[in-house]
Amino acid sequence: MYRRSDELGPQMNNRLALRIALFGGVALALFAVLFFRLWFLQVLNGDRYLAEANNNRTREFRVSAPRGEILDRNGRILVANRTSLALQVNPHKLPADERRRHAELAQLADLTHSSLHRLRRTMREQLLLAASAPVTLRRDVGSYLVYYLQENQDRFPGVTVQRVFVRRYPHGTLAAHILGNVGEVSEKQLKEPSHLGLEPGDEIGQDGVEDTYDGFLRGKSGITRIQVDAFGQPTRNGKLVSQPPVPGDNLKLSIDSGVQEAGEAALAARGLPGGFVTMDVHSGEILGLGSFPTFYPSVFTKPLTQAQVNALYRDPVAAPIIDRAIAGLYPTGSTFKLITALAALESGTITPSTSIYDGGTLTVGGQSFQNAGGASYGSLTLVPALQVSSDVFFYTLGLDMWDTGQLQKWAHMLGIGRPSGLDLPGAAEGLLPTKQWRDKLAAEGEAEGRPWSAGDNIQLATGQGDLQTNPLQMAIAYATLANGGTVLTPHLGLQVDDAAGRVMREFEPKPRRHVKFKTESRDVILEGLHEAAQAPGGTSYAVFGGFPIEVAGKTGTAQRVGHADQSWYVVLAPYPNPRIVTAVTIEEGGFGAESAAPAALQILEAYFGKHSSGESGPNGGSPG
Amino acid sequence: MYATRTRRARPEPFALRPGIAERLGLPYMDAALGLAAVGLVAFSIFTLDQATRHDVLGNPGYYVDRQTIYAILGLLGMYLLARIDYSRFRELRVGIYTFLCVSVSLVFVFGFAARGSRRSFDLPFFSFQPSELGKLLLVLALAGFVIDGARRGSARQRTVRYLCLGFAPAALVFLQPDLGTSLVYGAITLAVMYVGGVRWTHFAVIGAALAAIVALVLVVAPAIGTPVLKEYQQQRLTSFTHPSEDPSDAGYQQNQAKIAIGSGEKTGRGDRATQTRLDFVPERHTDFIFAVIGERYGFLGAAFVLSLYALLIWRALRIVTLSKNSYGTLVAGGIAAMLLFQVFVNVGMNLGIMPITGIPLPLLSYGGSSVLATLLALGVLQSIHMQARLSQKGRFAW
Repeated sequence: MYRRSDELGPQMNNRLALRIALFGGVALALFAVLFFRLWFLQVLNGDRYLAEANNNRTREFRVSAPRGEILDRNGRILVANRTSLALQVNPHKLPADERRRHAELAQLADLTHSSLHRLRRTMREQLLLAASAPVTLRRDVGSYLVYYLQENQDRFPGVTVQRVFVRRYPHGTLAAHILGNVGEVSEKQLKEPSHLGLEPGDEIGQDGVEDTYDGFLRGKSGITRIQVDAFGQPTRNGKLVSQPPVPGDNLKLSIDSGVQEAGEAALAARGLPGGFVTMDVHSGEILGLGSFPTFYPSVFTKPLTQAQVNALYRDPVAAPIIDRAIAGLYPTGSTFKLITALAALESGTITPSTSIYDGGTLTVGGQSFQNAGGASYGSLTLVPALQVSSDVFFYTLGLDMWDTGQLQKWAHMLGIGRPSGLDLPGAAEGLLPTKQWRDKLAAEGEAEGRPWSAGDNIQLATGQGDLQTNPLQMAIAYATLANGGTVLTPHLGLQVDDAAGRVMREFEPKPRRHVKFKTESRDVILEGLHEAAQAPGGTSYAVFGGFPIEVAGKTGTAQRVGHADQSWYVVLAPYPNPRIVTAVTIEEGGFGAESAAPAALQILEAYFGKHSSGESGPNGGSPG
Repeated sequence: MYATRTRRARPEPFALRPGIAERLGLPYMDAALGLAAVGLVAFSIFTLDQATRHDVLGNPGYYVDRQTIYAILGLLGMYLLARIDYSRFRELRVGIYTFLCVSVSLVFVFGFAARGSRRSFDLPFFSFQPSELGKLLLVLALAGFVIDGARRGSARQRTVRYLCLGFAPAALVFLQPDLGTSLVYGAITLAVMYVGGVRWTHFAVIGAALAAIVALVLVVAPAIGTPVLKEYQQQRLTSFTHPSEDPSDAGYQQNQAKIAIGSGEKTGRGDRATQTRLDFVPERHTDFIFAVIGERYGFLGAAFVLSLYALLIWRALRIVTLSKNSYGTLVAGGIAAMLLFQVFVNVGMNLGIMPITGIPLPLLSYGGSSVLATLLALGVLQSIHMQARLSQKGRFAW
């Protein structure tokens, strides 16, 4: 053995032993590294990797829930749903490689008949709003495209087709301002506590009752968790858990579509910007509420084009999006006289039998206030003063109360210039000019630096000057008088039913407050309004003289700087125990009896189902 | 055979008739080495059975059946090789070396292209990958050349000669392209030279040169626009330093393998395994089988497998020291290095500490060529062990 030719010799053996020992040492070290690493991964960090593995293999698919329907008080559908297929792109799942990403997007643009440039812009814009949400490229995609994308899923990573529910408005523009619209939840809204559990891309009510009653209408998205393989493909029997979507509850509004249609048609017939409110004087339920010009709420179901945005929002005077019934800021003209009369009676400034001489002009401190049209009615008590709408009579009351604050006190109690509690976003508070308000402005050097004067109160007594209010507040004030002093909370929501039709919730908001006044005051004022509407010589006799139902109504003609006269009419019906109040205003509509009163008549006709006999002559209304 | 002759000449005094074990030569073999090999092969079949049941539609046993056949053939081959005196291979070194170079070159001509590289011949039932067997052939031939040339030329000339002998087949394999196997060839060459006594200073120079080449290949060449490696190779080699989220990325795969192993925790997830069951880990029956074991059987299973490898390599190193001649020492050293290198690189790759090089895990990864070649290499180790035991016995007997 020792003499074999390949023997390396004994001295070599020592060196060899050293080398083998080193070899063994290296092997030992390498195995130690592997064992330690294995220990580190599995024993020390195992739970973390297990969580990662579990997270890896499941995908959550949100199944959107249909929103509840919105119905009118008779169960007529105002807003329903339709299903639509939306093409979405998850930007984080697009190929990271710039070239492949570009190619995929270019192909998508081609498929959706769009341009790459437009597509990228859409993605940028939507990503700005919600950074991690899937971007909706197009809604209402055709099924041919859906099939194509599903068959070629591997070529379009990050692209999904989602079934979404889209709002459907069977009656076109009907109640557009009430219904509002739904839209994707914004990043800011997501942080609000009421939107807990929502995810970017979810839709919520963004305006109107869709917003106010969003919590009921919204429903709850379902979740399907499925097991997927590395390519995102569902595995066989991969369904892990499924939480079915809960449809939103249906909302029944107090709106009466007949009244609503009539009101909108009446405004549309005049073709001028305006608004109307019809309300139950005992419950505060709104039967109709509208504004003109109006719009199709369905435009909001797709991203707005610039032209649509311009049409809806741009025009400062005639923008359709403004709800003039609740957000308008107008002087009211003579319709305010009801408040002046109540304040004067209750403060003891006059009694029903106090007579005041109307010589056509009232001069105070060198400033003269005249009846409109230069009329002069002679000596008048309250009822005829309301009937003919004598300005001088009410100028005198304004003058008498100019530093007592009684007019402001009563106007304030009746809800002028303060929030009404209406369940619709965007209502304006308005402005009730008071001594304190003007004095403060004067001290600050604004509003011509002029402190409160008798003239201001005289103006207010006839609904002119700095007063800013809207049909809703006037309707509330009239209703308060009519129902004997209950300041109602106007509301649109009547009840909420779940999808199975069970009543979940009924809305009967408590009155805001109670105002005490003498029944006699109410009766006298209503009598005056009744005379104004339906006694010959009354300001709106020409309009309501032939109406078979007895009503109490007041015209108003408000002067607005830079505008033609604004037409007002507020009417309570039936007289003497009114059930409803209707307030109408039409910008630049002229005298109250000229446009607003006929519009109000149309609404009452719809409500009572009776038509005017049209017997009254065209003698026109006295100016308000 | 030599062994048999010895025994006949000098029968044991009290063993009148040799038993069956004696006749089979089993007492002279390394039982621990054999057990480790059988254990690993069995574990491979067990794992493949559980993990690949749904991989081939309509044929749940596709991988298991084949691997079982390879294993049986391999174990048979191992036994037969053990009974042959390995020293014969020394004389056949030129033939072996020529066969090695020719067979890996033939792939370029008749080869069966899979995923852009030609590595194997497509035989019926079996696609044979000559570069796998080539590992063992390289050890046998190179050890022979080293012994043969031990006295010829200066130390520097010898070193250069060994390097060239190792480099030729490595380069051929690299061009297939099969980066991983060519690296194994390199490791074998260096190990045989190391055991063969090449000077430390030469190794220092080789080490420096290797470092320079790595820098050149990975950094400089792509920078000047003449990449030596294909893009995917480059990506795989460097990706373990930066895990990625893109499923088509090498870094992603490695990260998924890491998650798979980690998620196995102490005792494994069994059939609830998801990473390796749902394709998050690619090549799970071959290069990433260790991730399957890690996820399914946890630290217990993975550590058990590593222990079997440690046992295997310990026995291999022991055989290096036992060998009756230097040829056996060099061969055993080369095989030990081959195993160690493959195990470390593959397991390290699964654990996220080594780059992806496409080196199979010996005996565990599915693949006939690899299993056969590894078992044959172990057969050579057994042969060295057996010869050493027999010669010792002979010495004691005399």
